Amino acid sequence: MSAPTVDVPESPAELTRSPSLGEYFRSYLDRVRGGDIGSLPAVLGLVVLVIVFSILRPVFLSEGNFANLLTQGAPIVVIAMGLVFVLLLGEIDLSAGFASGVCAAVLATLLTDWGWSWPLAVAVSLLTGLAIGTAIGTLVARVGIPSFVVTLAAFLAFQGMVLLIIGQGGNVPIRDEVILAIENKNLPPLWGWILWAVSMGAFAAVVLMRAQRRRSKGLSAEPIAILGLKVGGLALLTGIGVYVLNLERSRNPAVVSLKGVPWVVPIILVLLVILTFVLMRTAYGRHVYAVGGNAEAARRAGIKVPNIRTSVFMIGSTMAAIGGIIAASRANSVDPNAGGSNTLLYAVGAAVIGGTSLFGGKGKVRDAILGGAVIAVIDNGMGLLGYSAGIKYIVTGLVLLIAASVDALARKRAHATGRA
Amino acid sequence: MTANATENGAPILQLRGINKSFGPVHDLKQVNFAAYPGQVTALVGDNGAGKSTLIKCIGGIHPIDSGEFLFEGRQVTVHGPRDASALGIEIVYQDLALCDNLDVVQNMFLGREQRTSIVLDEATMEDRAAKTLKSLSVRTLRSTRQLVASLSGGQRQTVAIAKAVLWNSKVVILDEPTAALGVAQTEQVLALVRRLADQGLAVILISHNLVDVFQVSDRIAALYLGQLAAEVKASDVRQPQVVELITTGRTEGVESELPTSVDEGVTA
Repeated sequence: MSAPTVDVPESPAELTRSPSLGEYFRSYLDRVRGGDIGSLPAVLGLVVLVIVFSILRPVFLSEGNFANLLTQGAPIVVIAMGLVFVLLLGEIDLSAGFASGVCAAVLATLLTDWGWSWPLAVAVSLLTGLAIGTAIGTLVARVGIPSFVVTLAAFLAFQGMVLLIIGQGGNVPIRDEVILAIENKNLPPLWGWILWAVSMGAFAAVVLMRAQRRRSKGLSAEPIAILGLKVGGLALLTGIGVYVLNLERSRNPAVVSLKGVPWVVPIILVLLVILTFVLMRTAYGRHVYAVGGNAEAARRAGIKVPNIRTSVFMIGSTMAAIGGIIAASRANSVDPNAGGSNTLLYAVGAAVIGGTSLFGGKGKVRDAILGGAVIAVIDNGMGLLGYSAGIKYIVTGLVLLIAASVDALARKRAHATGRA
Repeated sequence: MTANATENGAPILQLRGINKSFGPVHDLKQVNFAAYPGQVTALVGDNGAGKSTLIKCIGGIHPIDSGEFLFEGRQVTVHGPRDASALGIEIVYQDLALCDNLDVVQNMFLGREQRTSIVLDEATMEDRAAKTLKSLSVRTLRSTRQLVASLSGGQRQTVAIAKAVLWNSKVVILDEPTAALGVAQTEQVLALVRRLADQGLAVILISHNLVDVFQVSDRIAALYLGQLAAEVKASDVRQPQVVELITTGRTEGVESELPTSVDEGVTA
């Protein structure tokens, strides 16, 4: 605050000058030191966890387990992606878990009991999610009930609703090939590589074109070396992933071959691209951040705050519906506890561990994937080590607590260094 | 200091006989007020004198009960903040209304983002923001992509003012822009206020600090208990006279616009 800014000798043109490589790294370090840590803890945590589990239990690194990790984490990640929007406003949706359960129950009933085709059943399931989100959002934004209370009530009510739809002790199996394929079938290996090449190429093109456009306007752009590093690094990591997934992981390849990227991966990829685009590149996304940062400022800027507030719950519950469908695919059925037990806490945990702030205004869609990966690795790795569910819950709870502390401390530090 | 060319020009904003009541409380009584292009008009008055009510009427937050609202010589009605913005009137409130988690460009364009189809046009926005800051000779920002959270009080004020002038506004109203600033930053912001006027904008400055007022203003309008006590050229009065106008509604050597009955018993 008090640092005199009068004698900064820079000319206005410097406002938009591109940083050199050194400056770029220095400013990044500055940001981290100032409390703007983003996804750094999640990435570091993930690396440490993977190393520890691989040493303790080499099977953790096997092809089969890697595919397992992805399909295990997928429902959580998808629900968490929707929760990121809710958390960005500093709100919470405790009902996301059972909302996914209700939508899954609707899907299973329509498919199995009513014999509907999958596109129709999926559409109704998604609409159910949308309706749930609209109701919650309206109660929060227009009636003015705190989201904690609304979604806590919904949490209980939806649990009852799943029970009523499925029936006590019941279980609705899913036999639809397409729905089952999401979590149980894989892309042919060649398709996996095509998917990889297309998505990496598109990513590189977008990143480079944006930098080019900024340079042509004389605006600052990230150094080309950094862009190359980002694209190359991501391509390498995902390339290794595709390679490993394309290895034969069946115990008995002669009987049944099991290889390729699970179908759920491209689905999550598409969701990631769409939601990231909405959040980072549209006026709507900008307004979500603005309302999360300073609702009064947003209101004065002419943003319809209640609409934004309602919309994030709609996105949250719709994403929960998709998560519920994926979970139903993985379980091959829907039971009365669908979306229950640890689903919600894992999903909130994924978003927060990934770097989305519980205080609102800070977070990205990809946080859900990074945080979801951390949770899936803990859950999976500790399972392999033979720990009971009790220990797993305690450890996951502790990790969530650590992530929330990191968030709170980073925020404190940001206030202290004037980066709020 | 003063923009002489427009010294005697027509007011861009003129209010005649404005009344505004909140229930039984008569907040503004027959207030006349004018702002001129190229000039800084200071609006002074004690707490509760009606300064905030007056600017909120100008900004369209409160509808006026009666009186004439003229803009560029034409009579207009302002029903909301959007009407005021459409005319070219922007208010920079004391609390600035900036989002800490957004950067300078994002804040300047908040609610009025430029886009091509549905995609935000970041490059154009950043370009325009940089040009506006440059036109205001702002030298205190490191980058247009700095988060507002990392800015000092003076820098925030600068961003809020730049946001107000970004839209080719004609009248900029500043509510206590220096209230929370240190000495050096106050100087910067006052210099910026002066530059706004020198670029031809009509600036209305609300301030309790008479040193600031005398440093940058061309005209001073003093409100006293909801009425305009006097509107004078800054060069025609001295600070003690303005203090007297603020506290008693009249002073020697300045023709008061107050009717004689208002301040009975207060002048003593």
